[in-house]
Amino acid sequence: MNRYPLWKNITVLVAVVLGLLYTLPNFFGEAPAVQVASVKSTHKVDAKLMAQVQDALKAAAIVPQGIVLDLNSVRVRLADTDTQLKARDVVEKALNPVAADATYSVALNLVSNSPNWLTGIHALPMYLGLDLRGGVHFLLQVDMKGALTKRLDSISADLRSLMRDKNIRHGGIGREGQSVAIRFREADTREKARVALADNQPDLELLDAQEGPDFKLVATLKPAAQKRIQEFAVKQNITTLHNRINELGVAEPVIQQQGADRIVVQLPGVQDTAKAKDILGRTATLEVRMVDDEASANPGIMEQAARGQPPPGTEYYVERGGRGLLLKKQVVLTGERLTDAQPGFDNQTQEAAVHLSLDSAGARIFKDLTRDNVGKRMAILLIEKGKGEVVTAPVIRTEIGGGRVQISGRMSTMEANDVALLLRAGSLAAPMEIIEERTIGPSLGADNIAKGFNSTLWGFAAIATFMMAYYLLFGVVSVVALSANMLLLVALLSLLQATLTLPGIAAIALALGMAIDSNVLINERVREELRNGSTPQAAITAGYERAWATILDSNVTTLIVGIALLIFGSGPIRGFAVVHCLGILTSLFSSVVLSRAVVNLIYGRRRKLEALSIGQIWKPGLATK
Amino acid sequence: MEFFRIRKDIPFMRHALVFNVISLLTFLLAVFFLANRGLHFSIEFTGGTLLEVNYAQAPDLEKLRKQMEMDGFTDTQIQNFGSSRDVLIRVPLSKDAETSKVGDRVMASLAKVGAGGTAAIAAPTLKRVEFVGPQVGKELASDGAMALLLVVCGIVLYLAMRFEWRFAISAIIANLHDVVIILGFFALFQWEFSLPVLAAVLAVLGYSVNESVVVFDRVRETFKKKRGLTTPQVLDHAITSTISRTIITHGCTQMMVTSMLIFGGPALHYFALALTIGILFGIYSSVLVASPLVMWMGVSREQFIQVKVEKQEAVV
Repeated sequence: MNRYPLWKNITVLVAVVLGLLYTLPNFFGEAPAVQVASVKSTHKVDAKLMAQVQDALKAAAIVPQGIVLDLNSVRVRLADTDTQLKARDVVEKALNPVAADATYSVALNLVSNSPNWLTGIHALPMYLGLDLRGGVHFLLQVDMKGALTKRLDSISADLRSLMRDKNIRHGGIGREGQSVAIRFREADTREKARVALADNQPDLELLDAQEGPDFKLVATLKPAAQKRIQEFAVKQNITTLHNRINELGVAEPVIQQQGADRIVVQLPGVQDTAKAKDILGRTATLEVRMVDDEASANPGIMEQAARGQPPPGTEYYVERGGRGLLLKKQVVLTGERLTDAQPGFDNQTQEAAVHLSLDSAGARIFKDLTRDNVGKRMAILLIEKGKGEVVTAPVIRTEIGGGRVQISGRMSTMEANDVALLLRAGSLAAPMEIIEERTIGPSLGADNIAKGFNSTLWGFAAIATFMMAYYLLFGVVSVVALSANMLLLVALLSLLQATLTLPGIAAIALALGMAIDSNVLINERVREELRNGSTPQAAITAGYERAWATILDSNVTTLIVGIALLIFGSGPIRGFAVVHCLGILTSLFSSVVLSRAVVNLIYGRRRKLEALSIGQIWKPGLATK
Repeated sequence: MEFFRIRKDIPFMRHALVFNVISLLTFLLAVFFLANRGLHFSIEFTGGTLLEVNYAQAPDLEKLRKQMEMDGFTDTQIQNFGSSRDVLIRVPLSKDAETSKVGDRVMASLAKVGAGGTAAIAAPTLKRVEFVGPQVGKELASDGAMALLLVVCGIVLYLAMRFEWRFAISAIIANLHDVVIILGFFALFQWEFSLPVLAAVLAVLGYSVNESVVVFDRVRETFKKKRGLTTPQVLDHAITSTISRTIITHGCTQMMVTSMLIFGGPALHYFALALTIGILFGIYSSVLVASPLVMWMGVSREQFIQVKVEKQEAVV
């Protein structure tokens, strides 16, 4: 008899229930929402912020439908778009009292309308690609050679000061292409320099060369160092982009590395490409200036300065913690001299600190500055969005040489981390170029969804009608299997949160069109067995078993194509390939295992089965076949 | 309902030579068009800028062209896309440094159209911009070729393992012949060859191999089960007993693809078109190209019986 063991039936049932569960969020649609994220990495999104948002809404008598806190944003779900706009203004006002100096970005967004228990089991609607929801897509190429030349430039400056420190006479140091050349008069000095370099610059590979009467030492970066510099350049550029994009108030930006030297930036919902490009290309930086101590100590002058009338030659800034400071306009040092910033601890006080590394020119300037100004205060300013903030304003105690600077005081470990990140992220490590850009209007996105959906719907309807007319009850079973296939596919896509694009929808349609093949194979086999005189029960068993080998072979070949597309495809092709591969796997399950379970349920228990409802079976009148 | 009531095996193999000659001719014709006209690659491959804009009223394309030329855009293509109010503008890559700003410049140029003339055309709304730099295009072409190579190797290996090398070779020849014919159509009519079309072509390759596999599976089974049949008879029997499944499956898939052609709009048009050609030629090639090839290569019963004996020993 055709019965499945209990565990198989349960597996099928569980799969279908899970499929239903994870497909469900797609039907709830989306509700207007306001999303609050931090613009400055020094401000965290936490429960306190959530409470703040709640209070602001309560004060304005806006009742939110729901409020959620996730890793980096607070989202408030609202009843309609009017309330959404109102809520945005209210929250914006409450969180950013000074509009020009926003701490939080308050953006309009859509969130899934599905109930909380669904979100709780991580059942989310499918993640729509840009071509379906509208927005901007950039592909940026990081200039790796540029990153290396930038580094070599700073190395040649380092070498110059190293040679001076060690009292080695040289005939000039300069970058030549991708290497740094040092000239010497005598071979002896060259040997001395070699020893000094080996100790101080482990990243360099040294080669001897002779040019006329000059002895040359050609230094190139070791391959490992090159790789490290380039990896660092891409990472730093991504961090920088993150910080800049936060300013745009984009709800869910995607910033990812692609390949060795490319960065993808996707900004859903953004239409103004000009502004987006402008922000992507801008630089933020660090400045060191001296504090005008006398003026800062004078309450009268400070009061005037706070009102916008600082004494000539100075500017008024607010320090962390709210105290005002007057800084001299002259910039002593800029962030360009900064090679690295790492969080750490002060050696003596064990306070959280940020360790800065300056390049050699920066180190010299800093040394001179600190020597001449012992006892005075200097300020380290972070210039973000064209506005400066004093990160710290320490008193200079001794001369600081060697290019290693430490910022400490009034910082938690977390803050030290953030400041270090911010300083690192201030500027781009290597130039970037936009090599691909795509802007899709929101109406086009909605249009694409409708087109993809309609194609699938009508194609499915046509296939279903035909199958039921041609194979009767077995056709109904096939349609059930096909629906289950669709259900499982959508559930998988929702579960994996794979990006669904228009080619992806086309792949869903195509997957269904191809999945029916397995059912046709099975049904034809069953008919054939009946034609050859098998009993109905035997025909079912034989039909499914014989068809299985064929189905497996044909699906493996299709899967090979899917995998090849997945490996080599990019952008729209990848979207197609993901759905194609998943569709093959779900179709194997639904058309063979699931449809058999349904057939077993219908026919399996009947001992005296006379006929199957699989359409007319025509037997040729000939004895031999 | 039952469509296929076939009394006797249809003698497909008797006409094998004729079919193969027809195939060869179509193939050569496709190659000729490909070599002669070449494919009309989309900007994803060539690099450049593409804008889709929407006008409130159908604009006069000639005016747009004139204005664009005046603003220094040479060699641009302007055409309707989907409806008369939607316009597609293609700007090839230029030597300028500011390639990524072409989109903004085109929009500025379009806004000027008719400003001083008699019939002013309201500035359009931007629906979509695509800019592709020269680096990306080259990579796509080579990635596409690599994907094709991987597919071909993968399928040949799998079929050689599961069946026999003769089957693997003839299946891949038959199906590459489909691919070339699809490309030939795209070259002949100068349809746009974009990334989704490439995906469709590769999907067709997998799909029609799948078709050949079904027939081969039957061939193997017939060889094992029925003694005393000649090779052409076995092939005829295998094809005849799978023909109803072939037609029904392809019919169903084609229903879905036709639905995409009708409802999918311009974005899916060429994708669906490539699939349609692929499906039609897929039936033809796996039945009437792959099977004769297997025959010419000298497939015989012994090749499968041996396999069976080995298997039995393994079980014992």
